[in-house]
Amino acid sequence: MTISAERPTKSVATSASPPTSRGVSWTQRPGWMSQHLGTAIVVAVLGYTFGHWLGNYITSGYPYIANSGQNAAANALALTFGVAGWLLGIGALNYPLAKLVGKEPEKDTPVDGWSKYFRYTLDHKVVGLQYVVGVLLFLFTGGLLAMAIRTELLSPTTHVFGPGTYIEIVSEHGTIMMMMATSIIVGPLGNYLIPLMIGSRRMAFPRIEAFSFWIFIAGYGVIFSALPYGGFPTGWTGYAPLQTQAGPGMISYLLGFAVIGLGMMAAGFNIAATIINCRAPGMTWSRVPIFVWSILATAALLTLATPTLFAAGLFGVLDKTVQTAFYVTEHGGSSYLWENLFWFFGHPEVYIMALPGFGIVAEILPVFTRKPLFAYKVAAAGMIGVALLSFFVWQHHLFQSGINPDMRPLFMLTTELISIPTGFIFLVGMGTLYRAKIRFEVPMLFAMAVFFNFLIGGVTGVFLSDVPVNVTVHGGFFVLSHFHYTIMGGLLFAFMAGLYYWLPKMTGRMMNKKLGQWHFWTMFVFFNLTFFPMFIIGLLGQPRRVFTYARNLTFLNDFSSISAFLLGFSFLIFFANLMWSMYIKPVKAPANPWDSLGLEWQTANPIPLYNFERIPVIMTDPYHYSEVDAPALADLGLSGPGAKASSSSGKSDKK
Amino acid sequence: MNKDPNHLRRIFVITAVLSVAADLLYWFLAGPHIPPGRMTSTASSNQWDFNILMVIALPVLIGVWVFLGYTIANWSSKRASAPEPKGGAAARSNMKAQTLWIVITSVVVLFLAGFGTFELIIGDGSGGGEGPNPVWEPAGAAQAETAALTSSASWAPGKVLVVQVIAQQWKFTYRYPQFGGFESAQLILPNDTTVAFNVTSLDVIHSFWAYQLEVKADANPQENNVAFTTTKQLGQFTVRCSELCGLWHGAMYDFGKVETRSNFTNWATTTESANSANTADLPAFAWTYVPDANGAAGGYYPDGTVTPYSTVETYGAKQAAS
Repeated sequence: MTISAERPTKSVATSASPPTSRGVSWTQRPGWMSQHLGTAIVVAVLGYTFGHWLGNYITSGYPYIANSGQNAAANALALTFGVAGWLLGIGALNYPLAKLVGKEPEKDTPVDGWSKYFRYTLDHKVVGLQYVVGVLLFLFTGGLLAMAIRTELLSPTTHVFGPGTYIEIVSEHGTIMMMMATSIIVGPLGNYLIPLMIGSRRMAFPRIEAFSFWIFIAGYGVIFSALPYGGFPTGWTGYAPLQTQAGPGMISYLLGFAVIGLGMMAAGFNIAATIINCRAPGMTWSRVPIFVWSILATAALLTLATPTLFAAGLFGVLDKTVQTAFYVTEHGGSSYLWENLFWFFGHPEVYIMALPGFGIVAEILPVFTRKPLFAYKVAAAGMIGVALLSFFVWQHHLFQSGINPDMRPLFMLTTELISIPTGFIFLVGMGTLYRAKIRFEVPMLFAMAVFFNFLIGGVTGVFLSDVPVNVTVHGGFFVLSHFHYTIMGGLLFAFMAGLYYWLPKMTGRMMNKKLGQWHFWTMFVFFNLTFFPMFIIGLLGQPRRVFTYARNLTFLNDFSSISAFLLGFSFLIFFANLMWSMYIKPVKAPANPWDSLGLEWQTANPIPLYNFERIPVIMTDPYHYSEVDAPALADLGLSGPGAKASSSSGKSDKK
Repeated sequence: MNKDPNHLRRIFVITAVLSVAADLLYWFLAGPHIPPGRMTSTASSNQWDFNILMVIALPVLIGVWVFLGYTIANWSSKRASAPEPKGGAAARSNMKAQTLWIVITSVVVLFLAGFGTFELIIGDGSGGGEGPNPVWEPAGAAQAETAALTSSASWAPGKVLVVQVIAQQWKFTYRYPQFGGFESAQLILPNDTTVAFNVTSLDVIHSFWAYQLEVKADANPQENNVAFTTTKQLGQFTVRCSELCGLWHGAMYDFGKVETRSNFTNWATTTESANSANTADLPAFAWTYVPDANGAAGGYYPDGTVTPYSTVETYGAKQAAS
């Protein structure tokens, strides 16, 4: 990577550790004799082996899992020590361990060159780019599994996979995609952009930020370890007692969510702390970019909802290893307990996967319409409102489960109420588009598609929340289509908008426009052709996660499958574009290719290690487009080109 | 461009015209055919409910789409005639528009919640599982349910039929307590009859989904989940499991029938006597069944009662099922 070549290597880095430290940290030393991805893998394998031996040693003759020859305790300890080894190997524990034994930690002088992307690195811009690769890894793996699902569903009677393999594939697809979706915007764009947008030189807790990334990757390893163990049969929802009954792959699921959950909590409270504490002078709450508001609301959900998942996962592991009975009805546990805990996390979770998308769309709409963001305060209030209400709706997943029938009207009400603040994003979008001058660049195309897709996803959500209609649609393909419309049609399209929009800043290279347009149109058209028929398939009675279905649904299923393959192809176009624009034929990006007024575009290019030479003083919000005598956004305290950039007003309308 | 036309009025008129057309087309062409049809009281009332929601949803969809389409058609930067956008306070917020938006969405949402609650209550739970103590019950259901546990339980045309649905990996079986508690692999129901489905599971969570009957209730181990509907038409219906229950979840389906009352009575009494020897070997009829004290033996005893295995002696008295 050449983009970092001009970055100053000697800078204020010493502020991270006192001058009396003992030398350069192992994570930052050059050459093979240091800590990096390679050592992480080695120590993880060692940890895994040790854990497996330990588990077999201390519980020999105890809880073997039926028909597998596996010992649950050995599996759980193997994965736990494997993750601990991974963190130890990458160097995430150097600092806390040194502190623990009373030594001064070593100095974290940032290394330069491409190897920093394979290390435990404290620069939020490096972590952001690491996350881009990380979430794409999740996304493409999950996508391939989706292709396998649609291949099986080509025929109601001829099977490509056995029922066991099919359930494994479905479960892995769902779980990996959910894990990916919780981080797909917060991880890459949140970590990269938040400090730049609020005028900070770093995140509040850079070590926790790097930790959140590396444990996210460990989660990928843990959830994949389910496959050699024979997978897990529960889908991403992991319902007990099927969970209790399942084979050894279930432990990978439970620990996988616990590991990913740790990363989510870490990322959440680091980001919340950053936004609250590290804003530049003058960056008042009415001036922070709307994307920052959305990430703040998301961070609150990550911090508050994820602990439930973490605990629920650990209870499951205990049930399987040391014979506790949290979810075992015969011994005083309850299958409802898992359902409640899971969805108490799981429903805020779906807003973790919606709010950042709203933020991106609202952030880039003004840039391409040359108009200020309409109803900024309503948008911010809507995001906070959604975040709050999302804790009060979880039982709508349990409308047919048999608990609390008398609470159903309440949960129907709260679920429908949440569509009011969710609807604000449409008010904001439509108000901003009104009488605008729209440039249909690739990011704008994706942002417009979010309105189209999310509208369908949102409206069908109201159908699902209606208890009588829920009897028809619960547990069928209608639900499946609904949440693909919100998560894929909303969040993933918004992520693509964000990537096309911000990659020029993050990498200094423009994405190819022609390929981008091809990517957009194939993805948009085939996304809708894949998932819209599923509403009808669901209404016609096909339950989720089945490998056989009624013969009269063959045409619709085939139509959906073939569209899905073409949708998969659109991701190959994206991948080709990424390779082409970043490596094969990179085109240098202009300093501000979209003429944005956002603070993140006012920094020097490439962005110096500490972002801002001087902490900017913010004068106003970044949405003064097309305004005569618009005030300058910020005083960057510079003389020269930077100063010019800061004073450019919204009048600039050059294409 | 001399005078800017009234865009909002245009958008509103286009939306209104299209919405009325779409609603009428939907209501008269699609509405009557919306799944799951009208085989039972809950099927037709939930179909009506779905159609009402659709009639409200279509104008919302059309409104946003028309707006987006209008925007794209008129305000693209490629159009030379497109006016220069104006920033400033007027473009940043508009109290009237914002208030109107919030009021309209709130009214729609509150109406929907009220309407859904009303439908749920008058539909006696709308065919969804209401747990062991249903709050919305059709007339006569409580008495029939209470009587079902006694040996004197019986059914006559016009009374509520009590059926127990037992889910296990990977099939459903059905017990008829008003006919001596025999167990059948096929679900046969009388027409014009209110049915109380008592759904339970012997292992993991399943979901009993009688598609054309519009009944859906999760089958939980050691829980009784009750759902009601009233049959209105003769014919065959599909039962599928709609909660992932393991390996053969996809193959967990069967077909049931709604018969005339006299055919049903014939079938039930014939099966009752033909199966009587088997029925004697079954656990006594109960709302839920617990794996037997010997665990691996695979037997089940009724929850809360004394059993052939004398679990009371082994474990002390169990608490009554809730």
